[in-house]
Parts: sequence; C-alpha cells; structure tokens
Amino acid sequence: MCQLVSPEGDHLGAALYLPQNVGPSQLQEIVNHLLHNEDKLPYAFYIGDEELSIQLGAYMQQKNANVEVTLHIVCQPQAVFRIRPVNRCSATIAGHTEAVLAVSFSPDGRCLASGSGDTTVRFWDLNTQTPLFTCKGHKNWVLCFAWSPDGNHLVSGSKSGELILWDPKIGKQLGTPLTGHRKWITAVSWEPVHLQAPCRRFVSASKDGDARIWDITTRKCIIALTGHTNSVTCVKWGGDGLIYTGSEDCLIKVWETSQGKLIKTLQGHGHWVNSLALSTEYVLRTGAYDHTGKTYSTAEEMKEAALTRYKKMRGNAPERLVSGSDDFTMFLWEPTISKQPKARMTGHQKLVNHVYFSPDGQWLASASFDKSVKLWNGITGKFVAAFRGHVADVYQISWSADSRLLLSGSKDSTLKVWDIRTRKLKQDLPGHADEVYAVDWSPDGEKVASGGKDRVVKLWMN
Amino acid sequence: MPQGDHIELHQKRHGRRLDYDERKRKREAREVHRRSKEAQKLLGAKGKRFAKKRYAEKAQLKKTLKMHDESTSRQKIDDDVQEGALPPYLLDRDQTQRAKVLSNTIKQKRKEKAGKWDVPLPKVRPVAEEEMFKVLRTGKRKTKQWKRMVTKATFVGPGFTRKPPKYERFIRPTGLRFTKAHVTHPELKCTFNLDIISVKKNPNGPMYTSLGVMTKGTIIEVCQGFHLCMKVLVLQHAANTNNETFSFYGMPLKVHHILCMLLSH
Repeated sequence: MCQLVSPEGDHLGAALYLPQNVGPSQLQEIVNHLLHNEDKLPYAFYIGDEELSIQLGAYMQQKNANVEVTLHIVCQPQAVFRIRPVNRCSATIAGHTEAVLAVSFSPDGRCLASGSGDTTVRFWDLNTQTPLFTCKGHKNWVLCFAWSPDGNHLVSGSKSGELILWDPKIGKQLGTPLTGHRKWITAVSWEPVHLQAPCRRFVSASKDGDARIWDITTRKCIIALTGHTNSVTCVKWGGDGLIYTGSEDCLIKVWETSQGKLIKTLQGHGHWVNSLALSTEYVLRTGAYDHTGKTYSTAEEMKEAALTRYKKMRGNAPERLVSGSDDFTMFLWEPTISKQPKARMTGHQKLVNHVYFSPDGQWLASASFDKSVKLWNGITGKFVAAFRGHVADVYQISWSADSRLLLSGSKDSTLKVWDIRTRKLKQDLPGHADEVYAVDWSPDGEKVASGGKDRVVKLWMN
Repeated sequence: MPQGDHIELHQKRHGRRLDYDERKRKREAREVHRRSKEAQKLLGAKGKRFAKKRYAEKAQLKKTLKMHDESTSRQKIDDDVQEGALPPYLLDRDQTQRAKVLSNTIKQKRKEKAGKWDVPLPKVRPVAEEEMFKVLRTGKRKTKQWKRMVTKATFVGPGFTRKPPKYERFIRPTGLRFTKAHVTHPELKCTFNLDIISVKKNPNGPMYTSLGVMTKGTIIEVCQGFHLCMKVLVLQHAANTNNETFSFYGMPLKVHHILCMLLSH
C-alpha cells in the first residue's frame, strides 16, 4: 500500500497497491503517467529520507516494515541530463601576476572570466585554453565580479570601492568606473533577466555598510540601501524582485527594489552572516540558458524563456533563503512568508563560509572552516550527510548543473568532487600549489575552473 | 655634582653675559663663511669626508624644498596595491601566517602514509611511570629523589658509555640490558635469536624511545643473519627473564645463518 508524494508534500494521485517486485524504474513510469509527462523524466524515490534503489519487496523485508501501513514514497525529479565528473586538469593557464580571487563562467558556459589581486580582470578562451583579453582599469585588487544573466556584461568590484563595467565580447571597459562606495566591494548581484531584459540593474554590497543599486545605461547609482551598521558581506537579487543583504551586524535585511525601502529584517544569527543562498539562485544566474545550449536573438525571447524556467523551478513554493554565519549555524528562511526562520541547521564546528543551493533546489551544501562540507535537505533543512576529506578550511563550493555532483575548493590546495547519491568522495583533484580561492562549474557541465593563491587558473575536464 | 656642570651652575646663579645674544648671532652669521673656508681649504682625507657630508646635507635640503614647493601639475596619489591579495570572505579575518613547514602536501602525505607502517598493533596499555621507574634516593641524608632506575628491559647500543654517575638521571641496570631477541616468524613457525640493532619506537612516548626501554608494543630493529634489514617487530611478551619473545610481523626472512647461541649480555 503506497502513496506517492511530491517533495513539497502534495499527494500524486491516490494510494495504490503495488506488487512486491516493483522497483525504481517501474515507479518512475507510474509517476510519469500520473503527472502526464510527455517526456519520461527520471525520478529518485525516497522513503523516510533513504533512497529506494532496490525492489519494494526486498526493501520491506530489510526494514521489517509493516505491510498494513501506507508507505509514503517521496518522488524527487532529477535532471534529464547527467554530468560526468571531472577528473583531470586539462589546462593550467598562467597570466595573473597575483592571486586569483574570483572565477566565473558566463551564463551560457562559453566564456570564463577571472579577477585577481593584480588589479586585472582576464577573459580566457575555453576552446584553446589561452588568455583572450586582459582588462586593466581597476586601481586595487579585483575582489568580486558577476556576469549579467544575459551574458552581455560583466561588472567587477575592487578593493578601492569602484565598479567597472566590461564588455566580454571585445574585452573593453564600458564608460568610466562607477564610484560611490567608500570601502571595498564585497559582492555583486544582477537583476534577474525574467524581470527585465536586457539586463540593466545590479546591486553591489560593500564594507562601508550599504548596498547600492546601479543602472548601467545611465551609469549612476539609483538607490543606496543603507541600514546595516557593519560591512555587508553578501547580497542577492531574488527572483520576485526583492534584494536580500547579509551583513556583519548579524542581520539579514530584505529590500524592495523600486524605491529601496526596507521590508523586513531577519534576526537570529549570533555572529556575522557570511553567505546567503537562494533556492532559485542557479536559475537566476543562468537566466534563459539551460543544458540544451539554445541561444536567443532578442531580449524578449530571452525574458520569456527565463520566466518559464524560473516558474518551473519555483513551482508553488515560496523562495527559500539560507544564511551561513560565523556562529557555526545556518538558518533556513522563507522571507516572503515570515520573519521567523523555518529551520536552524547546526552541526558545523567552525564558521560556515559558503552556502549554496543545488540547481534543482532539493539540496543545500555548506562549506565550513572545520574542513567539512555538509549536505542538507533543501526543503526542510534536515541534515543529510557530511563530506569529510579536506585537511584544511573549505572555502567555496559549486554544484554541477544536474545536482548530482558537488565540488569544493579548499585551503589545502585541492578540489574534491562529491557524489550526492552515494554521499561519498567521487574524485580528488590535486594540482594547485597553494590555497584555492574560487571554484566554478560551467553551466553546461563540461568544465570546472578554479583559481587560487598560486596565481594560475586551472581548467578541469573529464 | 658631576664635574662638567660648573658652567651651567654658574649660568644659573649669575646669568649670562649682557652681550651674549649679540655675540651668538654674530658667531652664527660668521658660521657660513667659516664653513666655506673649510670647504676650500681642507685637503686630503679630511677634505673628502667634509665634502661628502656637505653634499648629503645639500641633497636633503633640496628634497625638503621640493616637497614644500607649489606645483601646477596635480599628480594622483595612487593607493598602494598591496601584496597578498585575499578574496572578500577572508579580508576581515586575520589568518595566522603559519610557517609553511607544515604544508598541506605533507599533511596529505601523512594522511596517506598513515598506513605505511601499518602493523596490526594491538592496543597497548599505557605503562605508568611508577611501574616503569623506581625512585632512587641519593645524597648524604638520602633526601634527594631525582634519580630513577628503569625496571623494564632496555637496549643500549654497543658503543654505550654511561654519563658521569653524578649527573645521570635515568639508570639502566646492566641486569636488564639485552642484546639479543628471540624472534618468531608467524608463518614458518620457527624462532630465531637475533641481535637487536636499535629501539625504533616505544608507544609510551619519545622519552622511553630515547632511553631504549622495551615494553609491550615497542617497535625494534633487528639484525637478521648477515643482512641488516628493518623489521617491524612488536614486543608481545616482555617477561623479566632472559628470554625476550618477539612476535614478528614483516617482510619474509631470508635465513642465512641460524645462530644457535645462548643468550648472552
């Protein structure tokens, strides 16, 4: 007697009597039929947080489950495509003369950019694995940068508090640097393309305690979001047009974007908020591009495609926000619903440096300075598994586009690929000579880029 | 009063000459001419020294003047681009600059190598100091208690010479010193009598290793036949008899010579 349940808790159809020799493949067919899916989508099935990989009969025997009780089987949709784990370093590209502080692939996965302590932003050609452009213009270290979701612009922030807009296709600066912040820039986030295409606005967070919304067409700061009393460490532009800022004053503030008014303050952390993650973050980052590799010619097409992707990703559930903090815990919030956190995730023994939702929103990973990466359920916030293997602080993590593999870069100069299904280490990628500061998995899943203190950008492939 | 202070004392008591200031001013005005005369007249090494000093003063003066000069061009003062760039999440944290002696590669290697000498070591009970050492009272009134005598089997090398008895803190009695060991090969099931070369590691601590104390779980290097091989031997029984039975785990032995001798010191 089984009841198929979706991850959010809705029942898919009525309770069914299923024979004992039903396995995951048969269950998949049933679910596809119930949901009237045209293409057969793969699903993973969980009974009580454990994955069902054998036939039902064998499973019941193992667990000595009561045959009378209705068995709830949670069906999680999986990505149709499967990403192969990277296992070799295909190129080590030198070029930067100081530590590489940030690397990021463009939303379509075709270009790679990196920012470094030598004040340059460099673009790399992925086909030949050589430098493409070297963009000079910053006066101090390039701390962070962000691709616009339509892939047309790149904005980078530096330690001197200025932001420069670049055109990635020609590698030239667009206009003069945007000044306004008084201290260094800690994070940059673009407005999602389904809210406005072509991309016009982005928000930047700085150590001086405010976040500013800029418009690239007028090259001015439209609104300054002040309110934090200490450095703003991270900022995210949400899919429903709200801006979330996390700060060293232990608060997370939610702002609306038309006038820059503060909507909510989420209180709860006991120490600095280091990192924020949104459940729809991956979709917002990649915009209209997905694994099919389709390109769009007009902005309206892009906007529509992005909107459909976003709606599909979000479903009916509200956007979830997770914040990782120096007080060794993380909170799961649903900011549009309530001010109280939905769950508190404890377990780390040192500060949590980076939190990241998986692209399908089912999982949440957290990297901490206690040398472990922990995996949590993305919907309920329950702890699932801890990945141990690193021998020093884990700095950044990145998901593969199919949510099956997780990549972590650490102070011990290695990158490690973890398998979510088996919850074990899949691949160890040594090779860097010094700490790894930034990692990124390309949205098409082919390549991984990493950069660190040893001043080289490494590309990893299968 | 110190002997040079009489001048100041007089100045305090009676004041200065009435024309002191005038004379001082004139003397200082003449200073310029005096220096110029010196510069022209001094010869040889003295002259060179003087010229060098004078030039240094001139350069310094020029620099100071330039600094205070008005200028029409406005040069932007660039903020220093410091070394050691850090990503934004590390900027507010001061990471301790640990010496890279304990680099991560070593840590990783250590993690892998942990299995290199993996001998199935049984869990060793830590031996207490009271059990290991016996306190010896020394001194005229037998009040001093800093000497210790080892109560377990030890190994001292062939070239061992005691420290001067007055200064030795740890006494290893000759009755407890052993040179040979009975080694049992687990597969061949035969026992060999082999010379001990050294005590490699005592699980109770580095102090015991350096003393050469052999307790249960100690790893010992042994000479086998005419080969000097490193064998990982684990002391299984350490009885206070003349027979030390070592259980042997390690690479297979190549027996060249079976030494059938009585155990001797």
